[in-house]
Amino acid sequence: MSRDLILRVVGKLLLPFVLLFALYVQFHGDFGPGGGFQAGVIAAAAIIFYAIIFGLNAAKRIVAPAIVAAMVPLGVTIYAGVGIAGILLGGNYLDYFVLAHDPVHGQELGIFLVEAGVFVTVSGTMTTIFYTFAGRGR
Amino acid sequence: MVLLSLMAATTIGILRLRNLFAVVILGGIYSFLMATVLLVLDAVDVSMTEASVGAGISTVLMLGTLWLTKNEESVPVRQPILPAIVALVTGGALVYGTLGLPGFGDPSGVIHHHVVPRYLNDVLAETGVPNAVTAVLASYRGYDTLGETTVIFTAGLGVMMLLGGRRGERKSEDKDRRRAER
Repeated sequence: MSRDLILRVVGKLLLPFVLLFALYVQFHGDFGPGGGFQAGVIAAAAIIFYAIIFGLNAAKRIVAPAIVAAMVPLGVTIYAGVGIAGILLGGNYLDYFVLAHDPVHGQELGIFLVEAGVFVTVSGTMTTIFYTFAGRGR
Repeated sequence: MVLLSLMAATTIGILRLRNLFAVVILGGIYSFLMATVLLVLDAVDVSMTEASVGAGISTVLMLGTLWLTKNEESVPVRQPILPAIVALVTGGALVYGTLGLPGFGDPSGVIHHHVVPRYLNDVLAETGVPNAVTAVLASYRGYDTLGETTVIFTAGLGVMMLLGGRRGERKSEDKDRRRAER
């Protein structure tokens, strides 16, 4: 499939918009539908799309498997870390009110960080699973 | 109704086909129909998840699996009578269970009371996030979402440990070396 001219051109045109849409879904999740989970899947889909068109090795050169594998535990750590930060600042576990001076701002910050954690883990896991499956060969 | 009958048709297609490639594609179509049904039901967040995860990622992963195994489903050795009975009984029990649920959109239903009015009324004042779904997921039900993220983490870890890493890489290196020697 890597010699398919139309796919390559259209893929190159589409990919920035797919990644931008993932970021939009991530950061606009507070106002519209979406959030870390959906955004993570869309970002992973962009990488998988690239790997299918341009080959697995080309994708691995851009997004190294080691980085993706490190993202899998990193996201959970961010999420759990927000909870522990809540304890350290004098609240309960996963209590966002204490994260900023204003409780509402604390909630916004907490939700933002937690969604970022979900994004990191989900996109890392999906890409890792694809890399492992596709990299095995027959 | 149109969507549901299309979904039923897709299911029958999946049941009857033996070509697994077609089955995977039909599964993707089924997921897209499900996403549309959820959109009609105003569950936009769930619909988006279904479209991206169900129709997108899982189709790609199933195709990846097919690439590793073979394309045709093998013919079953025995007639699956006992599984059919189990499936029918379970399905019947589930349908019987739905008879006890409140009618669709019934405002006096249990799910619309308890904590729901508080979530919907106070969400903006308490969290500053207008989308109640996001607020419930990330804040009010933060523990659940932490658990879900851990589930995803565990899935990734399992795949990495079972399939990943050293062995596959070494095998492809061997293949490269053999090709170079030739």
